[in-house]
Amino acid sequence: MGDGNVKVLGAWASPFLMRVRVALHLKSVEYENIEENLLEAKSELLLKSNPVHKKIPVLIHGDNPVCESLIIVQYIDEVWSTKTSILPSDPYERANSRFWAAYVDDKFFPALRMVLVGTTEEAQKAAMAEVLEGVVLLEEAFKKLSKGKAFFGGDSVGFVDLAAGSLLAWIKVIEKFTETKLLSEAKTPSLVAWADCFSTHAAVKDVFPDVDKLADFGMKLRAKLLKAAAATTN
Amino acid sequence: MATSEVKVLGSWPSPYAMRPRIALNLKSVDYEYIDEKLWEGKSQLLLQSNPVHKKIPVLIHGDRKPICESLIIVQYIDEAWSSGPSILPSDPYDRAVARFWAAYLDDKWFPAVKSVGVAKGEEAKKAAIAQVEEGLALMEEALGGCSKGKGFFGGDEIGYLDIAFGSFLGWLRVTERFNDMKQLDEGKTPGLVEWADRFSSHAAVKDVMPDTDKLAEFGKMVIAKIRAAGAAAEMH
Repeated sequence: MGDGNVKVLGAWASPFLMRVRVALHLKSVEYENIEENLLEAKSELLLKSNPVHKKIPVLIHGDNPVCESLIIVQYIDEVWSTKTSILPSDPYERANSRFWAAYVDDKFFPALRMVLVGTTEEAQKAAMAEVLEGVVLLEEAFKKLSKGKAFFGGDSVGFVDLAAGSLLAWIKVIEKFTETKLLSEAKTPSLVAWADCFSTHAAVKDVFPDVDKLADFGMKLRAKLLKAAAATTN
Repeated sequence: MATSEVKVLGSWPSPYAMRPRIALNLKSVDYEYIDEKLWEGKSQLLLQSNPVHKKIPVLIHGDRKPICESLIIVQYIDEAWSSGPSILPSDPYDRAVARFWAAYLDDKWFPAVKSVGVAKGEEAKKAAIAQVEEGLALMEEALGGCSKGKGFFGGDEIGYLDIAFGSFLGWLRVTERFNDMKQLDEGKTPGLVEWADRFSSHAAVKDVMPDTDKLAEFGKMVIAKIRAAGAAAEMH
């Protein structure tokens, strides 16, 4: 199936949406961007396209919905396979890329999220400790995967760049809220340099959220979640 | 290829450890299986091979660094031994669908199965059971879509989603037994009932599928430990 009709259902603040949009930009694929408001009720289109999870992002290619950001990125890589590759070609390197992307989603992101939306100071502190440990692991991973180049993917933006890079704006928001540097010259110099390369990349800069706007959204999201948590415990 | 060239570090009750073994069997790749008795502690080899998560399964292929995370290992096996039968479908959309359901099973469905055993109180238990059944209804529908009238999610042959889902059958059966109920049921999920039989008796599966009685005994021990510790079990 060629370029066909491509729609992306997402929300500007979502790191997961960013992965999909950057992947499409890397492949020079045109698409219609449909914005979902995360603070309000879910749209009909979302509920129809992702009945199982009811979450963005969703890629709708022709009649086919594809869900889960990293699954969508792999789909994009495989459909538009003649363009620059997102995953490496060697099976071992692919496994390694998938491992670190999974680490970001399964361990790093939940900890990051907890720093922002944790309901107790204890939970937030524990999460912060995990995040600080996590960036050290990612620094090590970067050194191994990049082989001296600018990105986890080497010369070009790859799978792990998308997985981790999409969190950079939220990392900046949390640095702002907690007055703590998560990425620093002292502890994670490679990641500091990489963050700059990633956020200014042609395929990224137009979808990299404004940090002040994101911080404002973060406060509203936290308030919404705290309210919902209080309601369920009553 | 020498047997010691490929090693799988696993644990016999673990559904996740089954997955790389089934994949290697499908590709007719010889391997050495090393069983970890996780309830007795983690071996040096495990801690060295998977320092980030300290979990099984781990695949060690020759001199290369170890590969971790069961579904990542299965994809690696599919790609490294590309001349054998394909595990992932060839069409990108079918691949995305297979990956989607495998992720759903790992992230949502199996945690619900596990929580049935340790749910605190009748209501929590009922809610967990309802989630399990909802998931099975979804998978029954998915089977219809993916199999295109053939015997497996992968079509004529066992594929990625068969491996992902089938590896949970042992624990599903144990949960049915402990709670005196039939979740895989001819009335509600006839397709899955037949598929489960086909999967379990497949040549690549039957020697690595744990015996349900043995698994039930192990399950009792795990539940007792969890209740005692009040924390989640360490099985991945």
